[in-house]
Amino acid sequence: MVEHESAIALPTTAAHPFVSTKFEQLKLRRERTYKYLFLGMAIMLVVPVLAILAFLTIKAWPSLTWSFISSNPANGMTAGGIWAPLFGTFLLVLCSLLIAAPVGVLAGVYLNEYARDNWGTRIINLAVVNLAGVPSIVHGLFGLGAFVYFAQMRKSLIAASCTVAVMTLPVIIASTKEALAAVPMAFRVACWNMGASRWQTIRTIVLPNSISGILTGVILQVSRAAGETAPILFTGVAFYINMDQGFALDEKFMALSFHLFTISKQVQNVPESIQYGTAVVLIGLVLVVNSASIAFRIYLRNRKKW
Amino acid sequence: MGRISGLEIIAFLTAIVVTTVARVSVEGGDAIQPASLFLTCLGYGLLVFLSANIVRNFAGGYMLGPNARFNWLGWPTGSRTGAPRGFRARMMSGLDAMEGHVEWFIRVCGWSAILFVMAIFFFVIKEGAPALTGSLDLVNFFSSSKWDPTAAGKAEYGILALIVGTLSVTILSMLMAVPLGLGAAIYVSEFAGTRTKETLKVLIELLAAIPSVVWGFIGMMVLGPILVATTGASVGVNMLNGALILALMSVPVIVSVAEDSLRAVPDSYREAALAMGATRWEIVFRVLFPAAKSGLLAAVLLGVGRAIGETMAVLMATGHSGRIPRSLVDPVQTLTATIAAEMGEAPRGGEHYQVLFLIGIVLFVFAFIVNMIADLIVKGIRNEKNG
Repeated sequence: MVEHESAIALPTTAAHPFVSTKFEQLKLRRERTYKYLFLGMAIMLVVPVLAILAFLTIKAWPSLTWSFISSNPANGMTAGGIWAPLFGTFLLVLCSLLIAAPVGVLAGVYLNEYARDNWGTRIINLAVVNLAGVPSIVHGLFGLGAFVYFAQMRKSLIAASCTVAVMTLPVIIASTKEALAAVPMAFRVACWNMGASRWQTIRTIVLPNSISGILTGVILQVSRAAGETAPILFTGVAFYINMDQGFALDEKFMALSFHLFTISKQVQNVPESIQYGTAVVLIGLVLVVNSASIAFRIYLRNRKKW
Repeated sequence: MGRISGLEIIAFLTAIVVTTVARVSVEGGDAIQPASLFLTCLGYGLLVFLSANIVRNFAGGYMLGPNARFNWLGWPTGSRTGAPRGFRARMMSGLDAMEGHVEWFIRVCGWSAILFVMAIFFFVIKEGAPALTGSLDLVNFFSSSKWDPTAAGKAEYGILALIVGTLSVTILSMLMAVPLGLGAAIYVSEFAGTRTKETLKVLIELLAAIPSVVWGFIGMMVLGPILVATTGASVGVNMLNGALILALMSVPVIVSVAEDSLRAVPDSYREAALAMGATRWEIVFRVLFPAAKSGLLAAVLLGVGRAIGETMAVLMATGHSGRIPRSLVDPVQTLTATIAAEMGEAPRGGEHYQVLFLIGIVLFVFAFIVNMIADLIVKGIRNEKNG
């Protein structure tokens, strides 16, 4: 790049051959203008959101106590806390993870380790891309038609978990594929040369070397499952559940995301602090899980041995 | 999986006998339909057959190692020279002997993605199709702007207003999100230093993590009052509000895909332009934009897909009122929000229920097309780069 610190007012003559011309200065000024324009665009995305998050936190601060988290909604949602929906979200995430993680990871293993580059593989990849692009509400309709009515699970925790599992499957498949592809081919070749079979190579070499990358994707799935509302809307989420009766797989459940929707849109006269408190707990939950995934990834990148 | 031995056949026959006896004794001989009995027997029979096969292979590996032979009953026989020693080694050897089954299972998981996409299409059509053969007029469905499913007497199902609502909110949000997203992507990829780059990428990734219901909440509680104060709109939840929220929601995907495609432009292009005396912004506009234009287009398309499919945020932030909007601050109703808001009240099998599934089909097909195009574009870039 041209050095422009010293290029202030010196005329360009044969005596000063390296001084920038008027034209070059114009270009540099323009470059700086554009740089700040783009920086401004990036900042315009990030700063308002941070401001909004700060605003939400300030509004929610008075209600964020331990009793808010550990007590159940009371008085038709106008009092009490968020324990039942929080626990319901936890169960939903756990169940959907138990379904989606094995299938997703093995599908990723298939696509990266076994599949040859033929039309079948191309169709699978296309299906994964499309599965990721299906609107979440259509997943909800699918869950209603397939799990609630066809498989006769009724509106229940298990039906909602299956729906969310199908929805989050592409996230896990894509990240598993990426993690497996990052393991150098030489590792596998060395293992094969020792006489190991394909599955032995995967079990002893490929998976241990990529397990952390796979976990990153699984963590992302958790955060996505915790935040989604549309797919569970018709497949099992309940307006209110009495926690005293306990939870069961074939019963309806409460979820934090749907709870936020009900108390902000459907129920009247809910105190603002409860609404903001619920929103902040939900954001906090998702952001903590996500930051963990990001921190995990950065740690891994720095630690990588090859 | 090896050759079939007596063990599997015995297990298969036993399973069939036990299933038949159990069903006959529980339900009574006359009440059972032969086809249903056949299917149950076959199902349990195959399950037990497979389990026996797995157990036999595992036992062979456990006892004799990888070179186990089996006699006619399926009992492992043969040389003990390669037999593993110690419990752990035996377990591992047994697991390795199940390789065929494991690979088969992995294969099924891999193909399941196709199964799920087809299942989604099938079940949404299955629930929605009866409306097509019933009294619903398809032309009227797409061209009427009267959406009044709960009207006494004749219910009206015209989704034109909903389509217009979806399109207008999406277009408005893209008008904001595309320049900002591309600008941010350019800054991150071309101008920022390593530190700033990492920070911005992490922040934008966190932006993507905020759940849509929280975005809707922000639209209602934070953005709404601001819009009322600044634009003089009568209600805070309107098209502009929804578009702003959607813009913020679809920016992360635009930024990340656009940044990927800018990074995919070979450095030799930049170096050549620098050698010709171009400044960085000239490189961006004259070199990178033409070189990465299909990737940037894919980014925009994926943003559009995200915005069209978004449900909870638009349900909460757009006002949800089924008229064709006349101004930027009119409330609008979108396709997705309609399904979310009305499915709870529609009884199963009713016309309203079926029409809501039809809307689901429209959304599915639309998302399918957008994603296919974006995917084809991205694939095209990759091939160009490799070839």
